[in-house]
Amino acid sequence: MAKMTMVQALNLALRQEMTRDDSVVMLGEDVGPDGGVFRVTDGLFDTFGEQRVIDTPLAESAIIGMAVGMAVYGLKPVCEIQFSGFAYQNFHQLENHAARMRWRTQGRLNVPLVMRAPYGGGVRALEHHSESREAYWAHTPGLKMVIPSGPRNARALLVSAIRDPDPVIFYESKALYRALREEVPEEEETLPIGTSQLVREGGDLTLIAYGAMLQPTLEAAAELQKEGIEAAVVDLLTISPLDDTLIVQSIRQTGRAVVVHEAPRSFGPGAEIIARLMEGAFYYLEAPIERVTGYDVIIPYFSREKFYIPTVGRIIEAARSTLSQ
Amino acid sequence: MPRKQLNIARSIEYLSILDEHGNLDKDLEPDIPAEKLLELYRAMLLGRRFDERMLDLQRQGRIGTFPPIKGQEAAQLGAVFQLRPRDWMVPAFRETAAEIWRGRSLESVILYYNGFNEGTVISAKQKDMPMAVPVATQILHAVGLGYAAKYRQTNEIVMCFFGDGATSEGDFHEALNCAAVYQTPVVFVCQNNQWAISVPLKKQTHTTTIAEKSLAYNMAGIQVDGNDVLAVFNAVGEAAQRARTGGGPTLVECVTYRIMMHTTADDPSRYRSEEEVKAWEKKDPLPRFAAYLEQKEILDAGSRQKIEAEVLEQIQTAIDAVEKEMPKLGDPRDMFNHLYAELPPYLKNQQKELTRCLENGGEVKNG
Ligand SMILES: Cc1ncc(C[n+]2csc(CCOP(=O)(O)OP(=O)(O)O)c2C)c(N)n1
Repeated sequence: MAKMTMVQALNLALRQEMTRDDSVVMLGEDVGPDGGVFRVTDGLFDTFGEQRVIDTPLAESAIIGMAVGMAVYGLKPVCEIQFSGFAYQNFHQLENHAARMRWRTQGRLNVPLVMRAPYGGGVRALEHHSESREAYWAHTPGLKMVIPSGPRNARALLVSAIRDPDPVIFYESKALYRALREEVPEEEETLPIGTSQLVREGGDLTLIAYGAMLQPTLEAAAELQKEGIEAAVVDLLTISPLDDTLIVQSIRQTGRAVVVHEAPRSFGPGAEIIARLMEGAFYYLEAPIERVTGYDVIIPYFSREKFYIPTVGRIIEAARSTLSQ
Repeated sequence: MPRKQLNIARSIEYLSILDEHGNLDKDLEPDIPAEKLLELYRAMLLGRRFDERMLDLQRQGRIGTFPPIKGQEAAQLGAVFQLRPRDWMVPAFRETAAEIWRGRSLESVILYYNGFNEGTVISAKQKDMPMAVPVATQILHAVGLGYAAKYRQTNEIVMCFFGDGATSEGDFHEALNCAAVYQTPVVFVCQNNQWAISVPLKKQTHTTTIAEKSLAYNMAGIQVDGNDVLAVFNAVGEAAQRARTGGGPTLVECVTYRIMMHTTADDPSRYRSEEEVKAWEKKDPLPRFAAYLEQKEILDAGSRQKIEAEVLEQIQTAIDAVEKEMPKLGDPRDMFNHLYAELPPYLKNQQKELTRCLENGGEVKNG
């Protein structure tokens, strides 16, 4: 198995799916000869040509709107939006059309498109390039919202997203793009969308995270272990549809939980996760569930962004706090 | 019913006054007083040298990512030179030279590209919008400002900048349409620098020019040599005059070139040839304008050197000042400021939470 960065793993997923199925097409700004601004589509243009790796004019609404038409026709468009902060220009195509095509045609038409977009802070990017707004998509009925946390699951989830019969929003953490390498098998690997994973066992409390926040959460768990605290860690992988079986099960065992995300706190994914835990594990809870999140502010420009993004220290502190109650 | 010709076709004018070989069309030469011409030259040179220093600083890790302007000084300054202080300017993200002309300090530019929100502060004197990073979104704001100016009968006009890529976005078309429908006093300045990151003009639009897009909205439009500061000055001057006298909006396309990378995070060698860049370097707006001024005996080797030295010193002073200031900035609690006119209670709590976090050396309990 080759050790790959997330960028390479995503490239592998795209290459293999495009080879396997000629209905898969790529479209977006700079995805062609430039290989995308983060090089995720590097080399695909040379292999598959300009009819399948489509450099579009600078028009996000056109990208998603055209993809709706392509998808209804039977193609499988994989759209790259350069940064998640520029997906608002196409928000209405997803909300008004992609998300509800199946529902409003009573199952007659469906929209199997994927919208890939880098999200999140931590790479000293320009303004509008660091937001974490997955809640917008997760709040939209009819869309699926997937966020991988590492190279291997990114590859497997992207393959699943492309094969999924519904519209999938696929967020890729910029901070993870090149931060770590993992063994990624050359042969096909998929991961079901809508299932989370227990990535660390532990009986004292459950830490729940996803995407870019998994790494600091795992570090926090390792630190806590030095103090004799065993933290289970669940990686959500899909924000919507949210798989609550695993987290409910885990909280029933540990009685304590901390939810970690980079998105602003209020009305964020953590609020939904905690509501599910209240519904499924209320009588097992031994302490209030804590949230370690971004503040309810616009993520500051990069000189201050590290104070916005949850840190290992903040996660540890929250864990200690639930344990002390 | 017969087929017949509807009489709506109009054509688009192209304007060039001082070409790259130094040929001047005397009939079109604008009548600008010598000291104003020198001011314009100085502003162009400042834009160029500041850009070069910024690139050095970025390469030394002293500032973050930024979009260089090299080659586009004439398009920016020829246009903005036609604004009065009480008119409005709405920039995109690559109008550093124009913003500086309007009163933005070099320090604030450096601060902004160093990731400090303080770098976006606009002085009370300036009727400018902050730079807009999402492409084309600001064009509609210009139309709204223009509508308001007309509504209040202030006789102010609005100048809005954007690139060729921006003309593909829906917001551009919505803005032009609304501006024409409401006859707002807006001058739309498109800097067609041939590339939107890696996408060349021919893949951006199927039209021959950007200027002709004005025809579909029934507004005035013109294409100019954007590296010829005199041509930009004249074309934008006419457009500004039209706007001021109730003649409605104009689309001015400045044909220019982005000599450098899209931003310092971009590698243009992946998508464009050295020959293309070299060919455009020959059309550089700066030496062309300097030659014109020398020919008019407004500038000579001595005064050229003097201006050069002054500009370099101005830049160095700004860098020294801001680098001294920066270590004192950066109180992260500022991230809560200016979000609302009054901080709601839950945000006050979060601000306190961050304060505790800082006092504990970065660790905090969430409240
Ligand atoms: C809505 C939106 N989509 C994508 C981007 C990423 N992006 C930044 S600049 C740019 C190209 C802009 O081209 P153009 O309008 O021609 O201006 P130029 O960069 O050439 O000055 C792109 C795609 C963005 N900032 N906003």
